Amino acid sequence: MSAPVTFGIDRIKCDGHGVCASLIPEMIELDEWGYPIIDAGPISRQLRNHARRAVSACPMLALRLRSGSGA
Amino acid sequence: MNNQLLWYTTRGAGAVTLVLLSAVVVLGLAARARFERRGWPRFLSATLHRDLALMTVVFLGLHIVTAVVDPFTHLGIVAAVVPFGSYYRTFWLGLGTVSLELMLAIIVTSLLRRFIGHRVWRSIHWLAYAAWPVAVLHGLGTGTDAFSLWMLGITAVCVVAVLTALVWRLRTAPGDPLEEERRVAATRAAYGATR
Amino acid sequence: MNGDNLFAHGVTHTAPEGLAEHTTRLGPLPPVRSDFIDVLERSSLRGRGGAAFPVATKWRTVANWRGQAPVVLVNGAEGEPLSHKDRRLMETRPHLILDGAAIAARAVGAARIVYYIGAKHRSALSAFKRALAERSADEQRRSLLVTAPMHYVAGEESAAVHFINDGVALPTATPPRPFERGIDGRPTLVQNVETLAHVAMIARHGDGWFRSLGEGSSAGTALVTVSGAVPASSVIEVAQGTTIADAVSSAGGLVSDARAVLLGGYFGAWIDAEEAWGVRLDPASLKPQGLSLGCGVVSVLPDDSCGVTTTARVMSYLAQESARQCGPCTFGLRAIAESTTRIAALDGHSGDLQRIQRWAGLLPGRGACSHPDGAAGLLLSALRVFAAEFALHGQQRRCALGDPLKVAA
Repeated sequence: MSAPVTFGIDRIKCDGHGVCASLIPEMIELDEWGYPIIDAGPISRQLRNHARRAVSACPMLALRLRSGSGA
Repeated sequence: MNNQLLWYTTRGAGAVTLVLLSAVVVLGLAARARFERRGWPRFLSATLHRDLALMTVVFLGLHIVTAVVDPFTHLGIVAAVVPFGSYYRTFWLGLGTVSLELMLAIIVTSLLRRFIGHRVWRSIHWLAYAAWPVAVLHGLGTGTDAFSLWMLGITAVCVVAVLTALVWRLRTAPGDPLEEERRVAATRAAYGATR
Repeated sequence: MNGDNLFAHGVTHTAPEGLAEHTTRLGPLPPVRSDFIDVLERSSLRGRGGAAFPVATKWRTVANWRGQAPVVLVNGAEGEPLSHKDRRLMETRPHLILDGAAIAARAVGAARIVYYIGAKHRSALSAFKRALAERSADEQRRSLLVTAPMHYVAGEESAAVHFINDGVALPTATPPRPFERGIDGRPTLVQNVETLAHVAMIARHGDGWFRSLGEGSSAGTALVTVSGAVPASSVIEVAQGTTIADAVSSAGGLVSDARAVLLGGYFGAWIDAEEAWGVRLDPASLKPQGLSLGCGVVSVLPDDSCGVTTTARVMSYLAQESARQCGPCTFGLRAIAESTTRIAALDGHSGDLQRIQRWAGLLPGRGACSHPDGAAGLLLSALRVFAAEFALHGQQRRCALGDPLKVAA
């Protein structure tokens, strides 16, 4: 059983580009100012690839994946 | 016969490279301006930009290899690597080499983005504004087809597309919504304190 | 109750206690025991900067962190406007803080101590400089005094570290937290001045003594700033477990009827006055109620002050004080401030109240630091405690007090 994978985000780097929300709308949506509201729960297996794509597409390198609890 | 094939491939690949490079620049500007429409989600500009950039490298590679290997051109590997290092149309070919090296810098730093951080990556990426026009000039100067109608037409379309995108980006790009705020806050955060 | 510990033997507010007087009164500082962190753990001492984190746990983490030698950062920034306890402590008993810092450095293996004191706390700064000059040459050599900018978030621990490293007192994204990588990349122990003063007393008298100072099962004492509907804003020392009513009495009692009590400062929460009096100032009692002593602010809102207007002013302040590094905080707080100000001025737009609730829900966890979380918590408590006033202002555009701009000083 592998450790749960979740999103981590650097809120200072995040500029509200919204690329992440367009790549994984199941877990990320944008507030009225364009900043992401991120589901803090574990990322399901089916969504892993989309999550990875979202992380690599972030123009500011603000999004990352964390495995295990914390940090 | 072989020589003809190589020669045509060089010229054709060069033309395709120019078109792809122009598309890459336009898409990069669209991504920067956070372009979004029905049917064009936000991620499309950025991902297409990256995918086409990699395709550009392929055609650029084809363009260079066929040019160097072609015995008719007398171009050695030196010409491909050292700017203005060839005897054949030294200046215009040299521009091509310059453009190549700028593009390589941009692409390598983009691939290693996670390791070098955003600021360094961004400052090198600005070289794109040099790489593209230099490539256009190289094409106009060395391309045998440069002044043939179809090549002129393609170049014109590319130039118009990039300039339009550039003007549009300068007039509408939102940029960082917090830019002004950050400056104010950072100034205040340092003001009033002494060691 | 008043002054059994930090303020024992009474404090004069005209001059800080010098080293000679301090040593005569309390005796010399004993050598730091190798198991001192265990002593701290038994004492149940929690941080007095606002987060109330168990001190022993923090020290143990820093002491055991592999890598370079740690640094101790003594936090005397006190950017919370309603709190005066830190500067009062620095003005009157600076050597307690210096003792505590020296003990902390010894216990975690730190070679340097940085004192981070608010630039405008002039009396505290001069008292501290004088006190530092009285210490041993060795201690002075490894100590650095830095004046902190006076804005609200400058006292946040990552902001303090950021200022010392790069001259900008704004929070940074975590991880890494200061205890992992802080000043010069070293593990940094950030501790509030009052916490270290308690440490200095525990080192002399032990954990049993400290625990006995609290009421019932509570441990130790705490400094509290009482303000609002009292004769004058004052800093008092109370036993942990003391009720808010007793704390207010010690500060001189009420000068008018009270509407509500703000506990913990702008990072805390409002409590309806009737419910507040019996509330015990102790983590064990406060936590189940969703409350916290925070930085020790107890501010009483008189019943002739409008809760809505007060809330609007505080939210505007918090919006203004945002570091403006994160979108949700910058724009969310600004929207909330604008809406609450409109409602306070009897000019609310329809749906403002619902919008404020929604925005408040979008704040927690969406900034790099917990400024938006604190603001959201305060706002939600205000909407609950002042529900009737908000409804009147919003729906009927009326204030029960007549003039909506009348607010507590």
